[in-house]
Amino acid sequence: MTGRILSVVGGMFLLTVCSKGDQGNAAPARQPSETTPPPAAASSESPPTSAGGTITGKVKFTGTAPRAATIDMSEEAACKAKYPTPPKEETVTTGPANALANVFVYVSAGLPANAKYQAPSTPVVLNQDGCRYHPHVFGVMVGQPVEIKNSDPLLHNIKAVAKKNRPFNISQPTAGMQTSRTFSAPEVMVNLECNVHGWMKAFAGVRPDPFFAVSGEDGSFTIKDLPPGTYTIEAWHEKFGTQTATVTIAGTESKTANITFAAK
Amino acid sequence: MTNRIALCSFLLVAPCSVLLSQDTTAGKLVYTKWCAGCHGETGAGDGVAAKNMIPPPRDFTGAIYQIRSTASGQLPTDADLLRSIDQGLPGTAMPGWKTRLSDRERRDVLAYIKTFSSFFADTTQHPEVLSFGNEPSGGTGEEALRVGRQFYDSIGCRKCHGDQGRGDGPSAPTLKDDAGHPMFAANLHQSWQFNGGSTTADIYHRLRTGLDGTPMPSFSDLLDQKFLTETELWRIAEYVRSLSPNEAPAIRDVIHAPLVKQGVPRAPDDSAWNAIDAYWFPLVGQVIHKNRWFAPAVTGVWVKAVHTTDSIAIRVVWDDRSQSPDPDWLEHVGRVLAAIHSDSAAEQPALWPDQLAVQFPVAIPTGMERPYFLMGSASGPVYQWRWNSSSRDAGAAGLARGVERFDALPGSGVGAQAVYDHGQWRIVFTRALASSDTASQLPFLSGRAIPVAFFAWDGSNGEHGTRMAASTWYFLALDEPVPARVFISPVLAMVLTLGLGMLVVWRAQQKTSYRRQR
Repeated sequence: MTGRILSVVGGMFLLTVCSKGDQGNAAPARQPSETTPPPAAASSESPPTSAGGTITGKVKFTGTAPRAATIDMSEEAACKAKYPTPPKEETVTTGPANALANVFVYVSAGLPANAKYQAPSTPVVLNQDGCRYHPHVFGVMVGQPVEIKNSDPLLHNIKAVAKKNRPFNISQPTAGMQTSRTFSAPEVMVNLECNVHGWMKAFAGVRPDPFFAVSGEDGSFTIKDLPPGTYTIEAWHEKFGTQTATVTIAGTESKTANITFAAK
Repeated sequence: MTNRIALCSFLLVAPCSVLLSQDTTAGKLVYTKWCAGCHGETGAGDGVAAKNMIPPPRDFTGAIYQIRSTASGQLPTDADLLRSIDQGLPGTAMPGWKTRLSDRERRDVLAYIKTFSSFFADTTQHPEVLSFGNEPSGGTGEEALRVGRQFYDSIGCRKCHGDQGRGDGPSAPTLKDDAGHPMFAANLHQSWQFNGGSTTADIYHRLRTGLDGTPMPSFSDLLDQKFLTETELWRIAEYVRSLSPNEAPAIRDVIHAPLVKQGVPRAPDDSAWNAIDAYWFPLVGQVIHKNRWFAPAVTGVWVKAVHTTDSIAIRVVWDDRSQSPDPDWLEHVGRVLAAIHSDSAAEQPALWPDQLAVQFPVAIPTGMERPYFLMGSASGPVYQWRWNSSSRDAGAAGLARGVERFDALPGSGVGAQAVYDHGQWRIVFTRALASSDTASQLPFLSGRAIPVAFFAWDGSNGEHGTRMAASTWYFLALDEPVPARVFISPVLAMVLTLGLGMLVVWRAQQKTSYRRQR
């Protein structure tokens, strides 16, 4: 009888040892895409939604912007037909008075180290339309869903090239398909590309906080609801690199931080 | 009771011993000795040999693996990694290690490889093996292949792999991996080169998981969104598998050129070629003479030959994803030249043509000795037929004296006709058997073993000059008509043997009956 008890106890002990060694593979699977988006309500540590300071500014460039190359869409009649004139590459998108669009501006330092921000459950939509990504540059929070959809009646693959996040490569062979994905770690930037159409590129700034913006056609951006503090803001452009600025916010004021890139 | 304890403990320990016994310290020793040469000391895929190969060795620091049983974006399982270590990756420089390293060494090195990336230590990563199911029945039937082909088109395989699957689709010239290295869409007619294995199930698994780090996406989402069913995805795998021969082609040393009566077929797609046996000869990079070439695009040639009483025709067929010179491939050439070690100063990418050479000795050797296989030497030239895609219906003949010297012979009498069709060149060379210039232009004699070798250049892969793919010597035999005595002699011998045998039996019977009468 003692022997039997011993054998059972011994067995249980060994099982424990085994399961430790096995953890990596045997744990229940949880794909990032399957995680339920967290509730939209801000957590207690999130900043209040309407209070706080604001940083606004304009992104400009000096020098001469490179001429945008025309995209040859002759292989894809369905995409080509969506443009009255041949579309151009979006690597450098400029506006009036040397305004620079598609610049990702975010707070790179200055937030309290222990601050946690709840990702919204509202997805960021990445649309493939006319063999181009819309938007070309966007920000998304860690854990916030990115809804990737295809509005073209042809195959796109969506390949995420990342270092801090797991990369992926999925396919959407027809219009109407959509897939939701999330990123698990902050990374500026995660590159998204279509290998069927080499010109198709999008860039995602993945942030742990909601303090980011993308400059519009007029170069302007706004980051809202910042708690008081001194911040480093970094601006990223796919061709011109990065620029930083320092801004101090007290109360609910609005500060201006203009950013200038040198065209190269 | 003691036995029972022992048995119980054994049963519980055995399954997990595999994992418990992994030793990264021992694994590092194995890695440094056998793996670091290509994959680099720090696992970044930058070992000393890395610049001699396309595709490059895996960079372990990103933990991005092509051959997995898990969804796109997930880590591979230990079994996935062990499979690549054990069996190697066909079509790449990675050999299988199952017979070279012990079970323990392979397990240890696997554990060590995982230490190069923090993803494997990240407890939020939970790789899960996809549920692949089994291949549905009827996969090789005509209807199944028709369905497979239909979905091959509708999910866009042809964009990269091409209409006929030779990796020549419209997007093929733009393909690169995450690090910007040049990438090829797989030639679906050469399943023995598939890095994830050549079976229908292997192909289906790759369709489900994608090849992470490459342009090949996962098609699993299509099942979830009911764009197609699992059976239909299996049909695509079956169709793809049907494009390749059942087995990797065997290498046979002697090309038999049968004698035909109606004149040799001069067009590559002449139906007379259908009845002729095809021979496969693998080609490898020319890595002997500088400038060496480590990344040949042409993996082999299919050869057929026929002759009449006065002419010979040799048809050479090879897969080439580009019809060079083609400006669409210029950037790809630049990527190839940047990725591969060069013996000389960096070269600007250019639009080079595709080329082919068929090589013979100047005269049929009487003994075992043949000229140097790599285009002869200064003192021992070889006789070659050459063709290039810039003037596709013209053949040249001449003498090569080493890889860098080719002297064309005027009035060589070598004809060539070429066809480029969906990622494949098909060329027929023709010449008279006899030659007026017997000193340098080989006369073709029937019933003799004539040495022959092949060389190919893919211009859109940066190949020209000494940068080429080469074979060793093989043989060409012009079959003689079978003389009538070959058929009559055995019959005569049989009749005679039978007759003699009957005579012996008759004599023996005579003797027996004589004795009985006595």
